[in-house]
Amino acid sequence: MNTATTQTRADVSLLPIAFAALAGLMLLFASGYAQASVLHDAAHDQRHAMAFPCH
Amino acid sequence: MNQKVLTSAVFAGVAAGLIAALLQFVFVIPALLEGELFETGARIHFGANGSPESERGAPGLGGEWGRHLMTVGFNIVTYVGFGFLLLAAMVFAELRGLTKITARQGLIWGLAGFIAIQLAPAFGLPPELPGTPAAEIGPRQMWWLGTLVASALGLWVIAFGRGVIALSGVVLLLAPHLIGAPHLDTYWGVSPPELSAEFATLSLGTAAAGWTILGFLLSWFWTRD
Repeated sequence: MNTATTQTRADVSLLPIAFAALAGLMLLFASGYAQASVLHDAAHDQRHAMAFPCH
Repeated sequence: MNQKVLTSAVFAGVAAGLIAALLQFVFVIPALLEGELFETGARIHFGANGSPESERGAPGLGGEWGRHLMTVGFNIVTYVGFGFLLLAAMVFAELRGLTKITARQGLIWGLAGFIAIQLAPAFGLPPELPGTPAAEIGPRQMWWLGTLVASALGLWVIAFGRGVIALSGVVLLLAPHLIGAPHLDTYWGVSPPELSAEFATLSLGTAAAGWTILGFLLSWFWTRD
């Protein structure tokens, strides 16, 4: 158990954290922010339901 | 990217997104579709006869399966996005020795995410029922983005800051609301205010459930070997 924990910590450096944050931002830009009309129309109901500013 | 970061965020995000979508179809989408009846003029509140009464009731989901499928799809995209961001914060905190990720801690992370990303922006810009016009999209998006960033930083500082620094988190949480969200000078919504209020609380409640589930699942997947 202890070894596993140590190993997990050693595996994770700042780089994957930065990548994860960037991936998250890109996904949220598409689903919640981008105003391109195709994206907007497809994400419309979900944006309203999630309280994202929609249009 | 570290395999475990990827799999934890995607598995938890997809599961939370599906559950959130299911909850939305039961509680939120019916109200949204009912609001659309007023937005399009199919129903008129305070109609031509001057009566303040209008028929109540959601129209049912209808046959627009493509549209609803998109809603499910974008919920998954959104929650996977939330999952990546929340897990990045959690793992960063653990890496710095500030906390240890456990499933129970995950519930708190999820709730904090809900407060920063949903509740704090909604305090100034309530969830929008169709048929309730709001200010220009540009300034609203800027305020929204600024608010969620300030709120997330604020909560972080309160949770992990020491002494007086922790207090600056309160300033970060308050500042966007003291500045104030962009609003119209007049009211001209055509949907019933009762429905709009219900929509706002249903939307926030559903998001609270989604975020809590997300936080729990993220830490559950993360702590599995």
